[in-house]
Amino acid sequence: MIASAVFYIFACVLIFGAMMVITARNPVHSVLFLILCFFNASGLFILLGAEFVGMIMAIVYVGAVAVLFLFVVMMLDVDFVGLRKGAMQYVPLGLLIGGVLLLELVFLYYSWSFSEGAPLMLEAEIPADARSNTHALGEILYTQYIFPFQVSGLILLVAMIGAISLTLRHRPGVRKQNISKQINTQPSDAVQLVKVKTGAGI
Amino acid sequence: MEITLFHYLTLAAILFVIGVFGIFLNRKNIIVILMSIELMLLAVNINFVAFSAFLNDLHGQVFTMFVLTVAAAEAAIGLAILMTFFRNKGQILVDDLSELKG
Repeated sequence: MIASAVFYIFACVLIFGAMMVITARNPVHSVLFLILCFFNASGLFILLGAEFVGMIMAIVYVGAVAVLFLFVVMMLDVDFVGLRKGAMQYVPLGLLIGGVLLLELVFLYYSWSFSEGAPLMLEAEIPADARSNTHALGEILYTQYIFPFQVSGLILLVAMIGAISLTLRHRPGVRKQNISKQINTQPSDAVQLVKVKTGAGI
Repeated sequence: MEITLFHYLTLAAILFVIGVFGIFLNRKNIIVILMSIELMLLAVNINFVAFSAFLNDLHGQVFTMFVLTVAAAEAAIGLAILMTFFRNKGQILVDDLSELKG
């Protein structure tokens, strides 16, 4: 009973947040509603018994991706009001495609059922014993899925290098510290000893 | 009332459709389009985790983590391209993005 009430609360706030993400006038508000969505989805995951994925959702999505969005939205000085101009002409098309998609999904869900053998094809059962969700997930992630796991790490590395090389820029005329030049300086290059005659000056 | 798999699938379907609609509603604002894509990925993740929980199989949760990884990489690269584009053009109109041409 409480579980269903919690589900409905999370689901309603999630859908409200998603609606606000796409309709908010200010993109900063959009990002903040996106964060609300992620927190509610993480609550739903915990309700489903997937604690690890729920926590990853809160940490990675809210802590990294949504904050990245927030930084970019705040750093770009874009005329967001002008961007909305003329956007309403696509609403009928969007409603049409969205409605068709929703109808298709509803038909799919009404006609769909598990095949007879589905419960027999279980490969990694969710443990009923004292092992936690994280423990069980780690046991298959680091054995059966070790190659995709490494590849996903590589994808993140490539994304990191790509993002850095895309946004790094060399501005001309900026004085930077050149450490090797600094270290290689000899006393003979920098200091000149001059014998000054008394009363003559240089 | 017992919460079944059907409830979660309905929620994910609604969320996915909101994401698709968001792309049309904010056709000129690429930042909100990227956020709509995040919403669609979130809907897919809810499907994965719901099936995983109701079929009692952990593979769905493992796959959710891979989806998360790719989504994080996609957001980082997309926003980096956006920053570079803004620096060159001073505006982020979606219609101008065809000038990138690879």
